[in-house]
Amino acid sequence: MIAGISIYEILTVTSILFFIGIYGFITRKNLISVLISIELILNASVVNFVVINKYLYPDMLQGVIFSIFIIAVAAAETALAVSIIINLYRQISSVEVKDTEIMKY
Amino acid sequence: MEKYIFYILSVIIIVFAVASVSSRKMLRSVIYLLFVLCGIAGIYFLIDYNFLAAIQLTVYAGGIIVLIIFSVLLVHHIEMELEIAKPFRKMMTGLICLLGLGVFLYTIYNNEFNVVENQVTTTTYDIGAKLLSYESGGFILPFEVISVLLLASMIGAIVIAKGRKLNDKNDEAL
Repeated sequence: MIAGISIYEILTVTSILFFIGIYGFITRKNLISVLISIELILNASVVNFVVINKYLYPDMLQGVIFSIFIIAVAAAETALAVSIIINLYRQISSVEVKDTEIMKY
Repeated sequence: MEKYIFYILSVIIIVFAVASVSSRKMLRSVIYLLFVLCGIAGIYFLIDYNFLAAIQLTVYAGGIIVLIIFSVLLVHHIEMELEIAKPFRKMMTGLICLLGLGVFLYTIYNNEFNVVENQVTTTTYDIGAKLLSYESGGFILPFEVISVLLLASMIGAIVIAKGRKLNDKNDEAL
């Protein structure tokens, strides 16, 4: 636990981080920026897991282990997304969302 | 003391997160994301999960950021400025996000959390033993599944990024 900090304050920070991520996800027009926003959202949820584990159930480890799994899945997802973006750039020379029509059908 | 460190860290996280989703230069926005991730690692250090903080620094700051920087450099000119959304759309999205944030905070502040006062320190040994235990409550099966997932995504990334065969097929179809 952090001395003098209640769980409410940490959850407030992570909620703000989550919605900044959603804002970026909706307003950005570039595939890499969308990827960055997804990282923000995932990080907010990971911090939530860890904080709730630490403050409410300090004797258990489930939150920590789930956050390790989330980080692993995020790494796998980023690697795949980057490879898709590079392949897309080779085929249509653009990474804007509005030009990405190849995989629609 | 820890209190002020937490406040400084959260200000860093929020300011750089906003900068990261609103900067018009691609590479800068990636670097701002790096600062956000380091701030989150600082929060893990504060609540005494050293192992998670180390994972955060190595996997996110060391791996994912480098991957994204690679893709930015392969795909963009560094000086290229991003297209921005229309102001109306930005404002509407901001309003919706504020509304959602309000709902979240209302729910959080109305909920009674049964906070347990504690100073428990989790060692890496505990986490490793829990991950590899096959008794009830152990996590050996998801641990194995995640390793298969990492292998599959690695092979998939190589195959997709190579992309030669896909092109040939498309040419034939056309």
